[in-house]
Amino acid sequence: MILKEPAHMETPHFPIYMDYSATNPCDPRVVDAMIPWLREHFGNPASRSHAWGWEAEAAVEKAREQVAALIGADPREIVWTSGATESNNLALKGAAHFYKSKGKHLITVKTEHKAVLDTCRELERQGFEVTYLDVQPDGLIDMEVLKAAIRPDTILVSVMFVNNEIGVIQDIPAIGALCREKGIIFHSDAAQATGRVDIDLATLPVDLMSLTSHKTYGPKGIGALYVRRKPRVRLEAQMHGGGHERGMRSGTLPTHQIAGMGEAYRIAKAEMHEENRRIRVLHERMLNGLKDVEEVFLNGHAEKRVPHNLNMSFNFVEGESLIMGIKGLAVSSGSACTSASLEPSYVLRALGRSDELAHSSLRMTIGRWTTEEEIDYAVATIKENVAKLRELSPLWEMFKDGVDLSTIQWAAH
Amino acid sequence: MAYSEKVVDHYENPRNVGSFEKGDESVGTGMVGAPACGDVMKLQIKVNPVTGVIEDARFKTYGCGSAIASSSLVTEWVKGKTLDEAASIKNSAIAEELALPPVKIHCSILAEDAIKAAVNDYKQKHVLAEAATS
Repeated sequence: MILKEPAHMETPHFPIYMDYSATNPCDPRVVDAMIPWLREHFGNPASRSHAWGWEAEAAVEKAREQVAALIGADPREIVWTSGATESNNLALKGAAHFYKSKGKHLITVKTEHKAVLDTCRELERQGFEVTYLDVQPDGLIDMEVLKAAIRPDTILVSVMFVNNEIGVIQDIPAIGALCREKGIIFHSDAAQATGRVDIDLATLPVDLMSLTSHKTYGPKGIGALYVRRKPRVRLEAQMHGGGHERGMRSGTLPTHQIAGMGEAYRIAKAEMHEENRRIRVLHERMLNGLKDVEEVFLNGHAEKRVPHNLNMSFNFVEGESLIMGIKGLAVSSGSACTSASLEPSYVLRALGRSDELAHSSLRMTIGRWTTEEEIDYAVATIKENVAKLRELSPLWEMFKDGVDLSTIQWAAH
Repeated sequence: MAYSEKVVDHYENPRNVGSFEKGDESVGTGMVGAPACGDVMKLQIKVNPVTGVIEDARFKTYGCGSAIASSSLVTEWVKGKTLDEAASIKNSAIAEELALPPVKIHCSILAEDAIKAAVNDYKQKHVLAEAATS
């Protein structure tokens, strides 16, 4: 999708968007569904005494059903939040504190989103113990490693459904079954999964699931937490106030945001399979275009992944310089230079990738409006710029001369 | 992030990319940085053995746009300078010329280190040569 800049604004150059894992444009149908709730139909859904409130409440409950329908849940199991980050906070802190008399140990994975990892760090500060599991080189966790990490005082396991950087899909049914067996609460961050993989919580043994809107073509700033009723999972609220959402999350519900997320999820349920078929074809095209470049590496399991994601490392070329060269494309990189902290991607490091390969990575994520022409353009410009940057690269020169780079003593500063 | 025009220019049209012939006695080579940090610069200077003036320079860099620009700029600046003049080029001058933001200052520091490394390499080779003949 080539976004058009409004004529009256001075805007920077808008390239082809291939960063769908960072965020999605709203589907136009979603925007249409939201607007009325910003104009005449502005009521507070908690206003029980007049029509503005009643109609807003009805819209919220309709959206709740739409969200529940996509994931095979009961609408009463959906708690609205400001996004998956808040959902992760509520799930982890809420469950840890509620069940702390049962135990103080949590298990998660090194490749989780910061919203999970930083929340775990905070819980450690509060006196809990957390085990951060390693992953295999393909990004998947080893079930034996998980089993071995479980202790008698483990109360929660958190494993994301689909990884945001490398797109791999964890074995959620197996992890859930193990947790059920041991009486441990299982939370999964599904921010990158909704609308991309089938989720049926009627059969999937997950107790808490974080959901977002803006990775499924809805607006930013709204999400939800699935909280299982059977068997019941309890949480300590993190936002206190009017007791909204059965006391689990206080705060006036933003009808327009919720209507948007509901419509987005309704569209996903109706169109997901057809869309994924189309995206799989595009993914193949892009992968085939790039896989024969010399010294290129695919990050993450080749099959157990969502087709929207392609994360590759181009050895001896640094990610930020590559992004600078492919001006017509909007993608992201695991390179330190592109992160505010100057550290390379911790997810790629957890796969066992060397720092160089983490610095040399490009994450390309496609979606609803990606076209074949855009894929072809992307492949061409990436190949051209990789070649150009290798001409500039002393590491490529040494590699071509047969030098073993792992034997060099670098004079680092 | 938005790059300064000069950084973009050096990236699009890098000056003096490449390597001198291996075994050329009039060349000093400096290689600084590390792949683990995401920055490696190789800078080469060709020195006139009689006048001690740098006549030509080449670079190759693995790194971001600012790193490439810093090293490309440096190959322009060292030409026509003596070894000592080149070694006194300050990273702050590089950063100012390229309008580098604070988060990219370390690229200019690496470029300054690269010059010094190339100069030292040349000096070492020629001290040894002199020592061998004396």
